[in-house]
Amino acid sequence: MKDHLSVECEAILQPKIAARDVQVHYGETHAIKDVSVDIADNTVTAFIGPSGCGKSTFLRCINRMNDTIGICRVRGDIKLDGEDIYDKAVDPVQLRAKVGMVFQKPNPFPKSIYDNVAYGPKIHGLARNKTELDEIVENALRRAALWDEAKDRLNQPGTGLSGGQQQRLCIARAVATAPEVLLMDEPCSALDPIATAQVEELIDELRQNYCVVIVTHSMQQAARVSQRTAFFHLGNLVEFGDTGQVFTNPQDKRTESYITGRIG
Amino acid sequence: MSDTKPRAASLLVQNTRTRKRNAAETRFRIYGRLALGLGIVALILLLSSIIGDGASSFRQTFVTLDVELAEDRLDRSGTRDIDTIKKVTTFGYAPLIRNALAVEMAGQGIVIDGLSPKDAADIISKEATAKLRNFVIANPDLIGTTQSFRFLANGRIDGYYKGRVTLQTAVLDSNVSVEQLRLADALKAAGVLKVQFNRGFLTQPDASDQRPEAAGLGVAILGSLYMMIVVLCLALPIGVAASIYLEEFAPKNRWTDLIEVNISNLAAVPSIVFGILGLAIFINFAGLPQSAPIVGGLVLTLMTLPTIIIATRASLKSVPPSIRDAALGVGASKMQAVFHQVLPLAAPGILTGTIIGLAQALGETAPLLLIGMVAFVKEFPDAPPDGFFDPASALPVQIYNWTQRSDPAFVERASGAIIALLVVLIVMNTVAVILRRRFERRW
Repeated sequence: MKDHLSVECEAILQPKIAARDVQVHYGETHAIKDVSVDIADNTVTAFIGPSGCGKSTFLRCINRMNDTIGICRVRGDIKLDGEDIYDKAVDPVQLRAKVGMVFQKPNPFPKSIYDNVAYGPKIHGLARNKTELDEIVENALRRAALWDEAKDRLNQPGTGLSGGQQQRLCIARAVATAPEVLLMDEPCSALDPIATAQVEELIDELRQNYCVVIVTHSMQQAARVSQRTAFFHLGNLVEFGDTGQVFTNPQDKRTESYITGRIG
Repeated sequence: MSDTKPRAASLLVQNTRTRKRNAAETRFRIYGRLALGLGIVALILLLSSIIGDGASSFRQTFVTLDVELAEDRLDRSGTRDIDTIKKVTTFGYAPLIRNALAVEMAGQGIVIDGLSPKDAADIISKEATAKLRNFVIANPDLIGTTQSFRFLANGRIDGYYKGRVTLQTAVLDSNVSVEQLRLADALKAAGVLKVQFNRGFLTQPDASDQRPEAAGLGVAILGSLYMMIVVLCLALPIGVAASIYLEEFAPKNRWTDLIEVNISNLAAVPSIVFGILGLAIFINFAGLPQSAPIVGGLVLTLMTLPTIIIATRASLKSVPPSIRDAALGVGASKMQAVFHQVLPLAAPGILTGTIIGLAQALGETAPLLLIGMVAFVKEFPDAPPDGFFDPASALPVQIYNWTQRSDPAFVERASGAIIALLVVLIVMNTVAVILRRRFERRW
């Protein structure tokens, strides 16, 4: 999983996402303080840290989901392929087509499996006709490793699937809009161990095509699926480096305390 | 430190605390059952009183007579000129009915002592001459022939078969005599007079104080229907649009808070206030006609809007935010997220709220009194859209109207109208429940 050579190569290239001095305020609360991070393409980057440390908040900055929260203010630079995503000219809707998101709780639309996956391509006009749409849906479901289970029940409600299947459906839905970045906010926290293993395997495969950023509570999960790990604590980015190094040889005292279970 | 453990009490004996708690619970259950029982008894009393009084209005006493449309009375010139025929007033038709009844009585061999032919003819409703005249004007070619007609019996005769009038009360009643009742009995025995289903109660317009037997709900039902159309067409789109904006798009600040509080307040404003508003704005200022369904509909729209807005906002709020996140997450715009994903989920709640708002509006009387819908309307309004501006009545106002009349026959009419209104309301509420069940989805 951790191919150090390739990770190093990518780090030399221009990062997919480059954040500089990002500050987030929720009303009076200073939720994210001076976070600067470079996220490479075709890599799984894990954000770990205790609850309330701001890792989910930071993740939601990357596709501007925080815009939907009235009291939330974001300052600083976040560049996607060198373009400032908080520029006035950027329409968050367009950004979110490029930066897909999978949420903590599986949240399929209460519609058929097909409609769930087809919704994104439909509103973005990615398919010119039904055949193309069918193709997109099939590809997305294949990518999410759900095709075999779902191909015979595409017209059944997505909410009727099991939790793990629902989460993979949400991944398929995110993949269907052909994003470049996939953000995952604790995608396995509502799943049982078997479903978790399936989703983790899937995340590793998705790395081939996407830049994946995953927020997780589970350090084991971060160790299993990611190549790079960022440790957040109280709104600060404490440590960021190759996953192996963060877990085996942390540079910061707080990181060490966290991964050895003394804080968090 | 000595650890003296209190001696464990037996589980087989309830301690005082438990006994008190259990007693309190039992008392609460009894209160609950009492309250429920009271409610059910009240409902049964209400329904049985209304149905007992009103069910009979759907049945009516009819007299079937063969009437000779004598040419020498209706069209002496013999030209069948419609204007000449129209010159004969309803008075001119009275002798035809009198003769027809006399012929019938002679044919059946019915002889009642002390009953003049005019008194005998009074057992037939005054509406009969008008019915006959309308028939002749519509079919002038049939003058000179004999046709069979089913006439309404006079309200007192009808009351005799429904228990309102007896031979004892008839002695004191100047409107009906014992002889007339005997005649009615004889006609009934002969099969000329029958108590039958009264379709006219639902289709005929209102009638004057003297002829309760002819009074029907036709205009009121049509007026109520027109008003509901106006309310539905205005309140549903405005209410839903307003709530979507307030709930999903509007910034949350002092102004939207103020609006929210005031919408809740509006829902609690007495309906008669809306009537005054309607009178001042729609009739006095905008110059819309009085008694018209359009004005009633507008007033009821104002009244229904808060209900619909509150229901819609509640059902929008109940859609889990994760659905909005999901839609936004795949790159839907705010509006797409709301219209594609949130609104379909909120639809059953919105529909239920709307139907309940409509049902409330349908039963509303007070504001309609102020805008003149209490007037006596015998003409049917035209078909929409012109009909919206014609005078009409409304179901609850018609009930109010009939309860004011002196003739006891109108008590039966009013109760019958209440039954009709209740049936409509029950149907609407059932539809609301079915829609909610049908479209409710789980997530």
